[in-house]
Amino acid sequence: MHVPADYYLRILPELVLTATAVLIMLIEGGARLGSRAALSGTVALIGTAAALASVAVQSAHRGEAFSGMFRVDGFSLFFHGLIIAATLIVLLLSIGYLRAQRLQRGEFYALLLFATVGMCLMAGSVELIMVFIGLEISSICSYALCGFWRASARSSEAALKYLLLGSFATAFFLYGIALTYGASGSTNLYVIARSLSDVLAGHGSLILVAAALMFVGLAFKVSAAPFQVWTPDVYEGAPVAVTAFMSAGPKAATFAVFLRIFYVALGRYSHTWFWMIWVAAILSMCLGNLGALRQTNMKRMLAYSSIAHAGYVLVAFAALGEHGISAAMFYLACYVAMNLGAFAVISNLAQQNERFIDLHDYAGLGFRFPLQSVCLTICMLSLIGIPLTGGFLGKLFIFKAAFQNHLVGLAIVGLLNSALAAYYYLRVIAFLYMRPATVEVSQPQRSLSMNVAMVACAVGVLWLGIAPNSLLNFVVHSAGALTGR
Amino acid sequence: MYPVLFFIFAGLAVAGAISLLVQRQPIYSALSLVAVMGALAALYLLLGAEFVAAIQIIVYAGAIMVLFVFVIMLLNAQPAEAPGRSRVARALGYPLLGILIAELGGMVAAHFQNVKLTSGEYVVHVAQIGDALFRSYLLPFEATSILFLAGILGAVLLAAHTEDEAPGKLYIGEAPPEPNLIPYDSTEGSTTYNGAGQPVRTDLPAHPSSEEVRS
Repeated sequence: MHVPADYYLRILPELVLTATAVLIMLIEGGARLGSRAALSGTVALIGTAAALASVAVQSAHRGEAFSGMFRVDGFSLFFHGLIIAATLIVLLLSIGYLRAQRLQRGEFYALLLFATVGMCLMAGSVELIMVFIGLEISSICSYALCGFWRASARSSEAALKYLLLGSFATAFFLYGIALTYGASGSTNLYVIARSLSDVLAGHGSLILVAAALMFVGLAFKVSAAPFQVWTPDVYEGAPVAVTAFMSAGPKAATFAVFLRIFYVALGRYSHTWFWMIWVAAILSMCLGNLGALRQTNMKRMLAYSSIAHAGYVLVAFAALGEHGISAAMFYLACYVAMNLGAFAVISNLAQQNERFIDLHDYAGLGFRFPLQSVCLTICMLSLIGIPLTGGFLGKLFIFKAAFQNHLVGLAIVGLLNSALAAYYYLRVIAFLYMRPATVEVSQPQRSLSMNVAMVACAVGVLWLGIAPNSLLNFVVHSAGALTGR
Repeated sequence: MYPVLFFIFAGLAVAGAISLLVQRQPIYSALSLVAVMGALAALYLLLGAEFVAAIQIIVYAGAIMVLFVFVIMLLNAQPAEAPGRSRVARALGYPLLGILIAELGGMVAAHFQNVKLTSGEYVVHVAQIGDALFRSYLLPFEATSILFLAGILGAVLLAAHTEDEAPGKLYIGEAPPEPNLIPYDSTEGSTTYNGAGQPVRTDLPAHPSSEEVRS
């Protein structure tokens, strides 16, 4: 079969990432033991940077590829850029982290890159089969990465829990796809939308069941309540670098799939699935923030906080329409930056065997380690939603969209939750600067790549909060493209 | 003729599935699964899906079931003990099962007159499958190979291990079971810090290979 060259250019980031991952596997097989971990890390960094650059090539070749399965539009470009940038940050912080943990194995980078390929495929696919395969690629890599730290019982526990529950959720998603196919006769999202508008009556209940099943599968992956139970254990058990990865890229990619499926394919049925999103948003915000209040383990606290943030994005989701989509996209960009920044600091301070991972270890560190503390403070302020940070603008747009669509109750619950969340984020800052040290924390390993990751995230958070215009314009345009205007 | 064959094989598949669930011996369960797979292959054949039927036999009944049986025999799996049946499960489960069966029965009865059991009308040849696979479904086909590669890589990463990283030797954020095993570079006083005052886990059984390292 003749495949036009344009098709390859439209999936160029995926091709670059796959080639890099395969190259790393070859290096692991061939190079000498002493040098190969550093070499693999460098190759992974270069490959990911090249993939990020190739998003620009991709953007010059918008359109469909591979019999309408893959679509390059503003929406998929945005998520391609976000996901690959998140992977770049995770790579930077994991190079230093793996060295500190003496876990330097190149397979880590290969799995990370394969997972990124899966997420990029999710972001660009308009075909349920492709979405499913992309979701599986990223999930299977995440399961393996969770158990990467084999010497730790917690890490293996996390991997097993995530694998068992994740497979279960995937089965739900697949069943939803099957029912959608049964109701519409297609797995292409745009064809589904067309055929569902043709056969109006009769299939309503089938579509509702299909939407509910797909919702279960996807809500699990973004750890939205009531499917969030796995999150604290898995986030706590996995190595910090992997936790950082799981909390950023896969979430953004799954929300991309979420938005595409529900707005494009099932857009006409929004009155039936709207309430699912509404309930999940309220539950996620409340359960996440209430759970985080009492946590002293930093990873566990951020796990609960990520549940709450999934809830905020669902508020934007429930706001239906372009405002909601663009607010969700902007918030996801802010969330990825501030969350990765927090995890970069945590992974730097954790040190060997993750000794210093508790909130009490952070007491009095503010003036000893100024760079880490300032970055962590900026990210925490952004997670609260203080003005001049990306988190503030993100929340502002979400609640504005909710008010515009008359979801006053949802917006008020969200605002109350933001106030509640301020307690546990501010507590971290208070420990950093206002408490005397109780634990003797040794000097963290000097790592240029980790410092770059921390500073990049902090600068990104501030940039999104101060000069968001260019990104906002892009987001609004691509949200319009998604709804077909 | 077709309805008769259909009901024979469908009945076989259902009987095999029930047997799979109720058997106590894992090996009998596995063999019941072989019966289910074989019956399903026959059903595919009746539908005219020759290729799928052959693949069903080769992949499921052949490769995957052999793997199952191997693992069961290698691990010397013992008969499963009857789990403690909870009263809630029984009180809710049986009525719900009854409702499900009644509903399914009702639906089948309502539509039974309209359903025609036909077969062989939509014979799909291997050429058509190949055509679909390598033309319209080229991208999923290639992406699946990435999926398999990532799966193999993950499995090898988790299964292959060296002596010093045997599973379960380290407890994150808690006091290590035996500090001299862990290559800490600072004094013990700061390393045995027990994060959040959680109890130190001693109830977990040690992995066999950690015994070897200790001695």
